[in-house]
Amino acid sequence: MAGDQGAAGGPLIGVLALQGDVREHLAALTAAGAVPRAVRRPDELAAVDGLVIPGGESTTMSKLAVLFGMLEPLRARVRAGMPVYGTCAGMILLAEKILDPRSGQETVGGIDMIVRRNAFGRQNESFEAAVDVTGVGPVDGVFIRAPWVESVGAEVEVLAEHGGHVVAVRQGNALATAFHPELTGDHRLHGFFTEMVRSAR
Amino acid sequence: MSTTLPTTGQTPETGTARVKRGMAEQLKGGVIMDVVTPDQAKIAEDAGAVAVMALERVPADIRKDGGVARMSDPDMIEGIIAAVSIPVMAKSRIGHFVEAQVLQSLGVDYIDESEVLTPADEVNHSDKWAFTTPFVCGATNLGEALRRIAEGAAMIRSKGEAGTGNVVEAVRHLRQIRHEIARLRGYDNNELYAAAKELRAPYEIVKEVAELGKLPVVLFSAGGVATPADAALMRQLGAEGVFVGSGIFKSGDPAKRAAAIVKATTFYDDPKIVADASRNLGEAMVGINIDTLPASEHYANRGW
Repeated sequence: MAGDQGAAGGPLIGVLALQGDVREHLAALTAAGAVPRAVRRPDELAAVDGLVIPGGESTTMSKLAVLFGMLEPLRARVRAGMPVYGTCAGMILLAEKILDPRSGQETVGGIDMIVRRNAFGRQNESFEAAVDVTGVGPVDGVFIRAPWVESVGAEVEVLAEHGGHVVAVRQGNALATAFHPELTGDHRLHGFFTEMVRSAR
Repeated sequence: MSTTLPTTGQTPETGTARVKRGMAEQLKGGVIMDVVTPDQAKIAEDAGAVAVMALERVPADIRKDGGVARMSDPDMIEGIIAAVSIPVMAKSRIGHFVEAQVLQSLGVDYIDESEVLTPADEVNHSDKWAFTTPFVCGATNLGEALRRIAEGAAMIRSKGEAGTGNVVEAVRHLRQIRHEIARLRGYDNNELYAAAKELRAPYEIVKEVAELGKLPVVLFSAGGVATPADAALMRQLGAEGVFVGSGIFKSGDPAKRAAAIVKATTFYDDPKIVADASRNLGEAMVGINIDTLPASEHYANRGW
């Protein structure tokens, strides 16, 4: 299942490109030493060593994933241990459960947590704040109509909180943040994930 | 946000350029649909829209009815906000900063300072830096786009010619913006000062565009998209997403057409998927040929 190594020798990491801020993740992964590739189809998914699920609209992404036969292949690869990193909407897609799903809103799962969508509010409440992430250090957190993690299972490691709410988690090879490091120009979280992908290969 | 951060004690900051522009980045690859009722908003959300534009009449009806077109009734906007979980945008008149203040107080996620409504000020657009809510504005060329960005717009769309179901003007505007960016790329530093003068835009933004090879904010297409192929065309021409106004709810089968336009927008470079999305959609909106439209009814000429 492992993909071709890129010219630079970095792992091949896909960015789910159904909708959202795909370009920013592709750029951040390149800066972090990975070889990025946009992924929209099952055969493209099969070729990558790891996958980023970007920010965007979680309801839209979930619908498009079902529509284009990506949901089951995503579930299968995440279950099989492919490293995966979700930001914002991506975090929602990695949750086993959504507190307030739209009817028929499916998730990929992979992290034993319950998330609350738009938990920090609407766009007027979107904000930037420093967040201390275990294993990475303080980062500039950009929260846009962001979710938070309502509760986690025993296997889940909480990596960061903001205002008393969990905003970054890891379970095995699955990583998720409620905020958007891809919008900051600070590529340490993408570097952290690239290392996860390297050690999983 | 009034909560303080336990780790650093730093106060979170709302309304920054990064959260305003970043919000538009999250909409990329998506379709934003005009809706006039909560039921339409739900149809749009179910079809996979990334956001809805709440308004009282779609542009095709504004054209038909004539008169002054204004901001929508707050009750109607709140009804739509309550009906869906995707972002809700709403339109203010150009230069009508009080309508914008009202929209911000209602909690809309984006304000469209729109030429589709009747302009309230023939000289000035609203100062968009003064708001926490981000703004999207229309443009027909690069200079216009950069002037809006200088005023604080966090997202740009082509103006096209709304309510016509005719994509020709949106194509013209997107090609124009793209062409002018490509030209800037070829300029050396000496030439950028004259270019800024010619574009009637601040030098700093002109220089940024020359370096990036793109606008510093997200660029969508709007005005005249009526079919899945129209949406895919705009994306292939460089639009990062698509607004669809009258094209959906003025057609025969809105739910089906909405879902089809979403599909074609995602897989804009795959003609087989665009073909499948184009099948059996029922009647498209009738459409208006731009050359039969009197100059006074060209919305794209509003704003400067």
